[in-house]
Amino acid sequence: MRPELNESVEAQSLAEQGMQAASNVEEMPSLSWEMLLSRVKHALGTSAPYLALIGLVGSLLVWWLLSEVIKAPLWEKVPGPVAVASEWFSRHPTFGMSIFTADYYMHIWKSCWRVLQAFTLATVLGVPLGLFMGWSKVFKDYSFPVFETLRPIPMLSWVPLAILMFPGREASVIYVTFLGAFFATTLNTLLGVESIDEVYFRAARCLGSSQRQIFFRIILPGALPFIFTGLQISIGYSWFCLVAGEMIAGEFGLGYLIWNAYMTVEYPVLVIAMITLGFLGWFSSALVRLAGRRLMQWQVREIA
Amino acid sequence: MPQEIPKDNGNGHKDQHPGITQGASGEMTVEHVHKGYGLKPLVKVVLGDCNFVLENRKLTVLIGPSGCGKSTLVNILAGYDMPDSGKVTLDGVPVKGPGRDRLVVFQETALFPWMTTYQNVSFGPRVRNELSKEELRVETTRLLKLVGLEAFADKYPSQLSGGMMRRAELVRALINRPKVMLMDEPFRGLDAMTRALMQEYYVRLFETKPGTNLFVTSEIEEAIFLADRLVIMSNRPATIRKVLEIDLPRPRQFQMLTSKEYLGYKGEALEILHEEAMKAFARGKTSSADFVEAYSKIAGK
Repeated sequence: MRPELNESVEAQSLAEQGMQAASNVEEMPSLSWEMLLSRVKHALGTSAPYLALIGLVGSLLVWWLLSEVIKAPLWEKVPGPVAVASEWFSRHPTFGMSIFTADYYMHIWKSCWRVLQAFTLATVLGVPLGLFMGWSKVFKDYSFPVFETLRPIPMLSWVPLAILMFPGREASVIYVTFLGAFFATTLNTLLGVESIDEVYFRAARCLGSSQRQIFFRIILPGALPFIFTGLQISIGYSWFCLVAGEMIAGEFGLGYLIWNAYMTVEYPVLVIAMITLGFLGWFSSALVRLAGRRLMQWQVREIA
Repeated sequence: MPQEIPKDNGNGHKDQHPGITQGASGEMTVEHVHKGYGLKPLVKVVLGDCNFVLENRKLTVLIGPSGCGKSTLVNILAGYDMPDSGKVTLDGVPVKGPGRDRLVVFQETALFPWMTTYQNVSFGPRVRNELSKEELRVETTRLLKLVGLEAFADKYPSQLSGGMMRRAELVRALINRPKVMLMDEPFRGLDAMTRALMQEYYVRLFETKPGTNLFVTSEIEEAIFLADRLVIMSNRPATIRKVLEIDLPRPRQFQMLTSKEYLGYKGEALEILHEEAMKAFARGKTSSADFVEAYSKIAGK
């Protein structure tokens, strides 16, 4: 029998001495309503929510003054907040677009559904592509020059080609939206792989990992912070490209609504669609951020 | 499919027993190792003819001022880098690449930040699929207990202190029962108190179950406190300047740091390093100036 190390009283006692103090560290409380409540309380105790409120109300006020009170130059034709609100929250809206009309939600739903499809497709294709480019030097040497030539082409210039390529309008709008998200996701994933410290590869290799294990246990988690930065950027690009696509090729959706409202001189609707896009964009980035935090507990705890 | 990396470097080292300390005998020899970097006319020679032996059951300490090529040598022993000429062997078999029989504890923390302490420590056996789930759990828990980290099994490295990370890394290597442990300035950057604790901790681990250990450092006190054999490196291009056998009683105690024998060894080692520094000084190159500066740091302690 080998003399086993854990029988050594000395080593053990040393371990205990030094580490006892350290093991009395506070446990992280699990997520609960109580915790949520205390978080809200804490937030209300800081100045942030009040400052945010002042900022929002202040900018509404400036908008109102410029467009409806002073009627400043350049602002004559801009619908003011009162005009917008009286359309938006009316049970019987003049132009048929308010939170009580089904049309409004139909446009929102169309746009969200397109973004969801395009963003999902871009993530499913872009993340693996970026990972492979970072993993295999040979593959990167093949694909990177092509990628870098296509990437700077402005997404809007794809619209006519997309209409020519795809049979329906729906597919061409989704395609343009997809392109916007795809390049940002792929590039950030690649940068994420390249950001992983060499020492982790060395450690993994000398501990006996196969290439496959290195891919799934080192490259994928190691690149995750960059991947999620990329996804944040790409969800923003998706909305951007979606609106461009819908304006030109759409039949429904918020982009179409904006263009249509402009053509038919329904200016309050135009602003309603814009603000709605703002909220949707904010909400979708928040979702991506939340998903990132869930997947990267090891980073969240660092901050906590 | 990409090709598999050789795991055992063809040494046929196969250990059936899931161990908690180092595996069977391993003796490494370094013969006439040269290493330079850069292209032909501008080659910067880092190692010029290094020769020494790492014996089993001995703690060999490699000392030299920072920047003299210690890490290059460790990388060659670990198999990350190949020498330009010369030979490195483990039990007579030439080293061809990285392998689990020679594990490195790195200067900077190499714990995977996205894995918990438990997942980090059990990583080696897990990827090699050697142990059953239950065996792995028992083994990992026992090792974590040994280094006082069982309460931190589910914590991520970012939640550990510097000393805890070093201990986690130590057992992450030990769980694989390597023949040779290569410690590349593992306690650098720790505060003085933690460093002293880690030294004591490490020396106890070694004394309880001695294997082949190479410990690289630029601190003379740490070097003599730990060493059975002190290998002193020269200025660049680095060669082995002198090998001192440190004949101090084990187990090593901190009281020893004031003993006459200890001070004798320290004086002898410093004298050699001083000579090297003077040579470097006379040469007047930048690399030599770095050496002199690093030496004055060692001596000033």
